[in-house]
Amino acid sequence: MIEIADVSKAYGRTPVLRHCSAAVARGEVVVVCGPSGSGKSTLIKCVNGLVPFDSGSIRVNGVSVGDKGTDLPAVRARIGMVFQNFELYPHMTALQNVSLAQIHVLKRSRAEADARSELLLRRVGLADKLASRPDQLSGGQQQRVSIARALAMDPQAMLFDEPTSALDPEMVNEVLEVMQALALDGMTMMVVTHEMGFAQRVADRVLFMDDGAILEDTPKAAFFAEPATERARQFLAKVLSH
Amino acid sequence: MSDFDWAIVWREWPFLAQGLALSALLVVVATAGGLVLGGGLALMRQSSRAWLATPAASYVTVMRSLPLVLVLFWFYFLVPLALGHPVGALASALVAFVLFEAAFYCEIIRAGIASVRVGQTQAALATGMRQAQVFRLIVGPQALRAMVPLLMNQIIIVFQDTSLVYVVALRDFMTAASVVADRDGRPTEMYTVIAVVYLAICFSASKAVEIYQKGHAR
Repeated sequence: MIEIADVSKAYGRTPVLRHCSAAVARGEVVVVCGPSGSGKSTLIKCVNGLVPFDSGSIRVNGVSVGDKGTDLPAVRARIGMVFQNFELYPHMTALQNVSLAQIHVLKRSRAEADARSELLLRRVGLADKLASRPDQLSGGQQQRVSIARALAMDPQAMLFDEPTSALDPEMVNEVLEVMQALALDGMTMMVVTHEMGFAQRVADRVLFMDDGAILEDTPKAAFFAEPATERARQFLAKVLSH
Repeated sequence: MSDFDWAIVWREWPFLAQGLALSALLVVVATAGGLVLGGGLALMRQSSRAWLATPAASYVTVMRSLPLVLVLFWFYFLVPLALGHPVGALASALVAFVLFEAAFYCEIIRAGIASVRVGQTQAALATGMRQAQVFRLIVGPQALRAMVPLLMNQIIIVFQDTSLVYVVALRDFMTAASVVADRDGRPTEMYTVIAVVYLAICFSASKAVEIYQKGHAR
């Protein structure tokens, strides 16, 4: 589904990604973790072409993302993305947020789009918030709307870029529960997160990144039992002690 | 105040109103033309191509450094020299206002667009929207909302600056009042009345912005 092959990228002379290779198969849930500044967010934003990379290749469903001739909007329409800061459109209601791209990208009728949006907002527990604007919603609610916005496009895969990092602790679980339900439904997911509990519950594999490189690509059980690298061991010790 | 002569205000109102109409024309043309040209300049300045961005940036810097009176003079005296025939005070003033205000509107538009977080564009792109859709549906409306107070402020400044067209012998609201004041020896009445009119117009404009902002508080 997603194949990342030898991807490197630098900002000026500072390398941010070094020869990264990884793959996410259909239906798989892959968690990407590592210290901040390790390149996790950059890597996941390369997958749908929001951030360009310098060398290597990324294929999504066989389509090469980095090629000049690639119709990136068409690729992105099939991959949902959830951002750290939600990025709901502040001038629209929750319902409009979820319907917008269905109408303008998938060319669904407004009625059809709104019906689908309502269904998805109900599924993430926000049936009573359809007419609310983002500034009237809590962080956890906003993030659930943004998950619904991504799901509304009937994506083949979902990318999550630290979806709970900007949330107050008491709201983290409501978002993780929605993501967990998605994973159990068989959604293909690539998730950048520090939530090791989530990784332990639903991940198939864990990628550990440090300093722009993927140091480990390990099945979940093996990763949590005994990370292969010293850096990952230190990272886990720090994160799990919280 | 006993000899405050209100009759002269009524008598001369049609004359003053002509001045006000000229001021209004200048404001409308300067704003409409300035926004179109300023929007173009803003797009050029955003460009990554230096041959587009540099001229636009220089233009804005130069125009913003010059006093408006100087620009008005320039167009009045230099354009006829360049063209070889007179263009008239009104035409040269309209052109000068548009070219001058475009620099300011350019910066307002740029600030408006810059106030929209990059994440908003990324989120919209991530749903498969094309650049033009992202601008029309997401960035544009939010930028416009951020721009409204600045735009209104600039329009008020333009309105006040229209009084400068006396230097090219045009008669705006302020100039009309001063003509009557000198001719009839009634400066107190004339300057009081036009001060009240300026105040009323500018005050309602800023009130309108305030109400707009309250209605659209984020």
